[in-house]
Amino acid sequence: MDVIIGLTTKDAVIVATSMAAVRGVSILKSDDDKTRVVAPHTLVAYTGEPGDTVQFAEYVQANIQLHGMRNETELSPPAITSFVRSELAKSLRSRKPYQVNILIAGYDTATEKPYLYWVDYLASSAQLPYAAHGYAAYYTLSLLDRWHKKDISLDEGMKIMEMCVTELRTRLPIDFKGVQIKIIDRDGVRTV
Amino acid sequence: MGSRRYDSRTTIFSPEGRLYQVEYALEAISHAGTSIGVLAKDGIVLAAERKVTSKLLEQDTSAEKLYTINNNMICAVAGLTSDASILVNYARVYAQDYLRLYNEDIPCEQLVRRLCDLKQGYTQHGGLRPFGVSFIYAGYDSRYEFQLYQSNPSGNYGGWKATSVGANNATAQTLLKQDYKEDCTLAEACELAIKVLSKTMDAPTLTSEKVEFATVGKDKEGNVYCHLLKPSEIDALLKKFGLAKKSEDDEEQQGTA
Repeated sequence: MDVIIGLTTKDAVIVATSMAAVRGVSILKSDDDKTRVVAPHTLVAYTGEPGDTVQFAEYVQANIQLHGMRNETELSPPAITSFVRSELAKSLRSRKPYQVNILIAGYDTATEKPYLYWVDYLASSAQLPYAAHGYAAYYTLSLLDRWHKKDISLDEGMKIMEMCVTELRTRLPIDFKGVQIKIIDRDGVRTV
Repeated sequence: MGSRRYDSRTTIFSPEGRLYQVEYALEAISHAGTSIGVLAKDGIVLAAERKVTSKLLEQDTSAEKLYTINNNMICAVAGLTSDASILVNYARVYAQDYLRLYNEDIPCEQLVRRLCDLKQGYTQHGGLRPFGVSFIYAGYDSRYEFQLYQSNPSGNYGGWKATSVGANNATAQTLLKQDYKEDCTLAEACELAIKVLSKTMDAPTLTSEKVEFATVGKDKEGNVYCHLLKPSEIDALLKKFGLAKKSEDDEEQQGTA
């Protein structure tokens, strides 16, 4: 019942991830970070089978960082998404596929555009203005459908994100220990 | 006799610290037809001299010196054509692999570096000879825009504004250095390339049978194109710069001579 939500604004992407790490019926910690910064302007947020998630996220993080060092260039968010998708597609056809669902939030410094991609463990990938995985999607997509507009400001985006989190606190039957919010824009990734 | 002991293997340094097989490969290239590349602000031109010419040779189907390696890149070769086609194929496959993985065209320098890593391998791992080809690459990517590179059998490469490989390349290089203008247009670069090529070739006049020509540029919509010129287009270009044969009669005489 992890929560991950992402939404784009005019020149940034906002990503919220729940802070509870759960095993069975117990909460193990309440300050869990379900994201990895894979490139200076790209963040990967993940949910899924514990273990698989971190393993996979750090695997792509390492590979993208290696690519960055070898070529002295930063891969664009679309290129990173394509790479992540192909890794998941490869994994899906192996003996034990990674069970990881991912949101990729990035800012392309070349085209000066924010990007949000939704990728699931079946390696489907879609570029979207807003997206969520798991149960959180059931509660928040209707709100996002109603309030999200193209080219909204960061403040407006944050307000919509707060509405989504309030809704989840009200409706979701378990405590997800709140969310951490990250913003990705031309200056890189920052926590708020 | 001194060099004999160090000739046979590419992996052995001579006492003077040289790799003879690599030097011989460079020597082989300096007898090949000249290739020239000129970088302009709005494009790149590649021109190459064809050594094998015959009336019986099918012009359209046998490109000898210029190859497309990707959507955004072409190259000119000097040296063993058969070696070149192996490397060109390798480059094409690598560029497509990159496109499949990242859904973007490969940046030019990355492709050049990958090919040079392969070439370097043959100067170090024993029992094989190095590739006997030098390349001039012309390409475009969004980060560095138009780019011109040159590589040789040792696996070294560098970025250039104007460069040449093959026979008389020292002459060509001097001429390019003299006449190259910073911020020249593609049309001016074409003129420079063709004039330099005509001076380095033995023949007084050029024809589409003897030269190959290609340009990389942007069309009106801003899309990058790589264009390998057809014989008719090359003849038109030669005519424009006054380097074509004088008349049909001259051609007749040469043909029967």
